[in-house]
Amino acid sequence: MTSAVGTTTTRPGGPGGAPSGHYRFRGIARMEWIKLRSLRSVRWTALGTAVIMIGLGMLVLHLAVARWGHMSRADQRIFDPVNNGFTGLALAQLAAAAVGVLAVTSEYSSGMIRATLAAAPGRVRLALAKAAVLAAAVLLIGEVLAFVTFFASEAMLHAPVPRATLATPGALRAVVLAGAYLALIALIGVGAGLIIRHSAAAITTLCVVILLLPALTLPFSTSVQHATQKFLPEIIAENSLTAVKPIPYSLTPWMGLAVLMLYAAVVVGAGTWLLARRDA
Amino acid sequence: MIAVQGLTKRYGRTTAVDRLSFEVRPGQVTGFLGPNGAGKSTTMRVIMGLDAADGGRATVGGRAYQQLRWPLREVGAMLEARSFHPGRTGRSHLRALAASNDIPAARVEEVLDVVGLSAVAGRRAGTYSLGMAQRLGVAAALLGDPGVLLLDEPVNGLDPEGIRWIRGLLGGLAAQGRTVFVSSHLISEIAQAAGPLVVIGQGRLLAQTTVTELSRQAASLEDAFLDLTSASVAYHGRMS
Repeated sequence: MTSAVGTTTTRPGGPGGAPSGHYRFRGIARMEWIKLRSLRSVRWTALGTAVIMIGLGMLVLHLAVARWGHMSRADQRIFDPVNNGFTGLALAQLAAAAVGVLAVTSEYSSGMIRATLAAAPGRVRLALAKAAVLAAAVLLIGEVLAFVTFFASEAMLHAPVPRATLATPGALRAVVLAGAYLALIALIGVGAGLIIRHSAAAITTLCVVILLLPALTLPFSTSVQHATQKFLPEIIAENSLTAVKPIPYSLTPWMGLAVLMLYAAVVVGAGTWLLARRDA
Repeated sequence: MIAVQGLTKRYGRTTAVDRLSFEVRPGQVTGFLGPNGAGKSTTMRVIMGLDAADGGRATVGGRAYQQLRWPLREVGAMLEARSFHPGRTGRSHLRALAASNDIPAARVEEVLDVVGLSAVAGRRAGTYSLGMAQRLGVAAALLGDPGVLLLDEPVNGLDPEGIRWIRGLLGGLAAQGRTVFVSSHLISEIAQAAGPLVVIGQGRLLAQTTVTELSRQAASLEDAFLDLTSASVAYHGRMS
């Protein structure tokens, strides 16, 4: 059945013993990929997210056309059709975060973690394989979703409202980074799942970080708000990554991306370290 | 071979396993006995590398579990029946595990057939009865055709036919020269399948013996077992 390299007669049990070499990252990544695609909940989440993200983008730009005549010159000038088309990203990010969290926490709640660690006891390798597979899958879906959202929502615009195309300066970058944002949020979800290990607690924590932190800066002075808000994930997505017309007091798109990557690296790193140290 | 040497495991202030040492050799089914809370599951979790020992060590074939080259091809384990995601089909569950250790997908169908789950392999595992979940656990343990098998209370939830089946299966695997280590809190479940016995209570080794030897010590095997463990039973009920 398997190659008989390394066969010894002291082990008549196995099919000629295990082959040479050892289990690898690639095998664990394949395991994680099969796990991800074999859950109906993951497929439904992706579908629901697509409907919301595309639908909201179309709706918001459709309403912009109706509103255009009532907008001031100044508002018309700063109107950013690309940014407005990605309104649904605010909800899509929650789905991405939840998928990332659940990829880890569902293993603990179901007991699957025992089977997973029996198959891949090298915990650092396991955490990195899980994170890599999830990031790759969400990146792929996120990019497809971002492009479809862009084209579908821009199609709602017509004269006199300016419509963006991929040739519009900054538009292609905004679309690509919108997709990448979802992958980074999913990674932060994986990290939070590894650290917290309980679905509800981890998802709540992420919702607080993503949705509530911007509001928590409101009691502070404007200067404090300007100095801190630009580092919050939600604000980076809205004001840096997907904005084509620069928004004051925000990071540049690439700086925003770098900050998010740093967050993801720190959270996944901490989660991996804890997974390696704690009893399962 | 499984070797446990001076193993100690604490959870907070509770010492679950206390300087436990024993060996499990290939060729026979070895029973792992002790009352509830004796530390059987903890010992198995440490052998599997799920929990880290506070002292001593546990090795399989001379190596710690985390050092195994092809874990599933060297050790097959079922610690708790429900060690799968309820939303995944039995087949997908096994395919995912197989992929991690480069085990061909055809082997998944083989083990499904061995445990009798082929007909329901396409159903979500969350719909399985306890007996079926137990069989899926056994299938996962057999996946890599390993030389060492570790099963925690494998007869739980099985019907009499299932119990007889698993006895036969484990006996057959041991007869092929594999190391088979099976825990139970009921001596009667294990007596018919096992030769050597490791008996523990309150985390300590009470005896490393055999079924034959133990049954010579009292009127019945059950009496002998209860004599051995009476001092270390954690929870006592009353008859009236």
